[in-house]
Amino acid sequence: MELLRVQQVEKYYGNKSSLTKALNDISFSVEKGEFVAIMGASGSGKTTLLNCISTIDRVTAGHIYLENQDITELKGKKLNSFRREKLGFIFQDFNLLDTLTSYENIALSLTIQKWPVSDIEKAVRIVAQQLGIEEILDKYPYQLSGGQKQRVASARAIVANPKLILADEPTGALDSKSSGMLLERFNFLNKEYNATIMMVTHDSFAASYASRVIFIKDGKIFNEISRGNAKRKEFFDRIMDVVTLLGGEVNDAL
Amino acid sequence: MLFKISLKNIRRSLKDYAVYFFTLVIGVSIFYIFNAVGSQAAMLRVEESRNDMVRLLTEILSIVSIFVAGVLALLIIYASRFLMKRRNREFALYMLLGMGKGKISAILLMETVIIGIGSLITGLVAGVGLSQLMSAVVANLFEADMTAFKFTVSGSAIIKTIVCFAVMYLFVMFFNSISVTKMKLIDLIQSGKRSETIHAKNPVLSVILFIIASVALGWAYYMVAYDFEHLNETKVIISICLGAVSTLLIFFSVSGLLLRILMSFKKLYHRGLNAFTFRQISSKVNTMIFAMTVICLMLFVTICALSASFSFRNAMNGNLRKYCPADAQIELTVYDSDRTYNVYVDIEESFQEAGCDLTDVFGEYAHFAAYNDKDVTLGDFFGPYLEDLQKQFRFFRFSAPATFVKISDYNALMDLYHRDRLTLKDDEYLVICNYDSMKKMLDLPLSTGLGITVFGNSLKPACNECVDGFIDLSNTAVCSGIFIIPDKAVDETQKVQDYFIGNYKQGSKEEVRAAENRLHEFIENSWLQWVGDTYGRDDVKYGGYWYDFATKSELYENAIGLTAILTFIGLYIGIVFLIASGAILALKTLSESVDSLPRYEMLRKIGAEESSVTGSLFIQTGIFFLLPLLLALFHSIFGMKFAKQVLEIVGTENVSTSITVTSAILLLIYGGYFLITFFSSKNIIKNRM
Repeated sequence: MELLRVQQVEKYYGNKSSLTKALNDISFSVEKGEFVAIMGASGSGKTTLLNCISTIDRVTAGHIYLENQDITELKGKKLNSFRREKLGFIFQDFNLLDTLTSYENIALSLTIQKWPVSDIEKAVRIVAQQLGIEEILDKYPYQLSGGQKQRVASARAIVANPKLILADEPTGALDSKSSGMLLERFNFLNKEYNATIMMVTHDSFAASYASRVIFIKDGKIFNEISRGNAKRKEFFDRIMDVVTLLGGEVNDAL
Repeated sequence: MLFKISLKNIRRSLKDYAVYFFTLVIGVSIFYIFNAVGSQAAMLRVEESRNDMVRLLTEILSIVSIFVAGVLALLIIYASRFLMKRRNREFALYMLLGMGKGKISAILLMETVIIGIGSLITGLVAGVGLSQLMSAVVANLFEADMTAFKFTVSGSAIIKTIVCFAVMYLFVMFFNSISVTKMKLIDLIQSGKRSETIHAKNPVLSVILFIIASVALGWAYYMVAYDFEHLNETKVIISICLGAVSTLLIFFSVSGLLLRILMSFKKLYHRGLNAFTFRQISSKVNTMIFAMTVICLMLFVTICALSASFSFRNAMNGNLRKYCPADAQIELTVYDSDRTYNVYVDIEESFQEAGCDLTDVFGEYAHFAAYNDKDVTLGDFFGPYLEDLQKQFRFFRFSAPATFVKISDYNALMDLYHRDRLTLKDDEYLVICNYDSMKKMLDLPLSTGLGITVFGNSLKPACNECVDGFIDLSNTAVCSGIFIIPDKAVDETQKVQDYFIGNYKQGSKEEVRAAENRLHEFIENSWLQWVGDTYGRDDVKYGGYWYDFATKSELYENAIGLTAILTFIGLYIGIVFLIASGAILALKTLSESVDSLPRYEMLRKIGAEESSVTGSLFIQTGIFFLLPLLLALFHSIFGMKFAKQVLEIVGTENVSTSITVTSAILLLIYGGYFLITFFSSKNIIKNRM
């Protein structure tokens, strides 16, 4: 079943004298329960694409449909309620509130949606167990390691059962061990709970955990490969091939 | 080039500087206004007799100005250092580009000069404008004639303001360059990145500290407000120190404590952004415990100074109407040769002898004597209570003779005063008194119906408490107890003191004043001479007799001067403290908002409504401003109780009016700062997505 459809999206920055086409006629769709990675070099437009899908930024032209609802038409309060009910965000720099404990950080996205207190408690416990962060729920962000912080941020993103989880370079600030653990969790959520994940990354290793990788170059879709039944290692090699094709730019990010 | 950088810096950081600049401008204009009061008053047609008061006021205000300048200097240094800390990254960039510390100092110096000159000019212009309004206040307080009003600019006040603020800015430059020399590049670069560690306070410790602070505060309150009789200087100082320390401890513990309590109400805590809001407040309060304490104490002083000065003014005006119902009073006591007792001299007769007929001056009057019974002292009246009272009031002269006045004389005086007459049976007596703590003492024996024996007559009290009343003209309630007894009970040979109280003959204002001046002259030149000669008192100067010539106009002048001075000092200190408190809170809140910007952006990303983000900001700013104010109000309740007892003789009527005026000033300045802070913060965290 199709969950997300991006249709001929364009996004321009700047003015008439110096126009930058960050996104140039991009179209693709994401099925329910898919784990999609978007790859590209710095400045390729992948973060702009994510910002447009998450309604943080507005498209210049084109449409984005989530469950057949055109989200480029949403405004004001509807935009906010769409964002908090349908989407879950994971950022590179975690974006946890440093004044709140892990538990409160996770619970916050539920209190904003006005969940009853008893349900909040239950939901936070469940998600903490899924991500293996039960022991650190009462700790403050400054007491946590990067990997732990990112798992807390992931818990906050998925606790309200969003339709789509958007992750912007989630492993960008993590060491390789923490990265692996986090991506295993993503895989686990995707397989066991049928969570739909869309992850922006320039790291081929991270992308190899996905079931499909879309490559973007200069605002356009350059290539697209599916994992199928291949092993992760094989898929990684295939991704590397495309990256090599893409040109030198991405290599530096490996 | 450096100048250009400075100017651009100021323009860029206008957001941070706006409140700072605003505060400087208010500071300058307030400083000017109060220093210009003297020359403003000189322009008005203030009555000759009040000129002394105006001079005194000007002198006192210039002394207070030194203190105010000190407060403003501290505020400016605090604010500028605070703003400097926010620019560490900018300085780091300069240093990375190879700019020397001398140049950075020069940039800062130029910024201070630009802001200093700008604020001085703006402040002086505003001050000159507002001081014209102040003229109306001066005119009102001194009851001067506004028709002679002209637009005035006080050159001396301008020079004084410029010099004072120039010195302050020099201090700022000095401190700035010191901190520039101390800067280290690595610290500057990392200053923004250092993650904030939240020192969660031990809740048990918080509770214990809070309880200790509350108990200490309670004890201090009790000492100053309720245990007034045992209060001495040391105790007052102890209470003030205790109060200050407990305030600090309360701010130290309150945020943790409140957070704990709120967290236990899970439904409230986990509703909307409440968890975020409460945590923000708690961390904010934790980072400025000391500043909060200073602000709270300043607000406390402000509230007390303002409301005390206004209630003093109101009470004074009311008192004059009430306690000075006649035009003038002459009172004479002549001591006998060994000064142990008095010789009675009839005032009216002695004036006649000296060459002045008082009935020519006074249209209506009461003329009577007070009596002493050699064997009846105040101590005798207290009977069985004497011993206890002596222990309590060690400095009270219980051996002083009790003063008696005949009921018929008293009633005649009351007719003159347009007050109610008293009735008395032949075997009864009454005590009149309007001084509260004296009344409490006198009521003790009266309530048990204790009788007295005067001139051999046994009398019993006609009433079981003192009757509100007085004899002497005054602007305060100072009648500390006079015994009214039946005419028949008096031994006419025992007159000790003569009173002559009356109203001048009708006439124009000038005629009456001239008459009073003539009388004044006559008393000082002729009458006293006559008294001295006649009664063989060549030691006139050494207190062979005692006289009093009290006039309504004189009492009035004193009252006006005193109230004006107190009102001005209250206003001056109050307003300066208010802007200092408001400015510190505003600066702190605004910088906090800048720091918290990513947090608000994150809230929006996870879908928080704009209205609830704004609501959270409002609650944060509100509680932040309210917390020190609430504690200050609490302090003030007891502080005012203390002030009330100190000012007891003045009376504390019309407290509601003074509270209204105080709240209005508080609301205007403190509330103004709150609103500016809230709207600027809102602008800072505005949605930029």
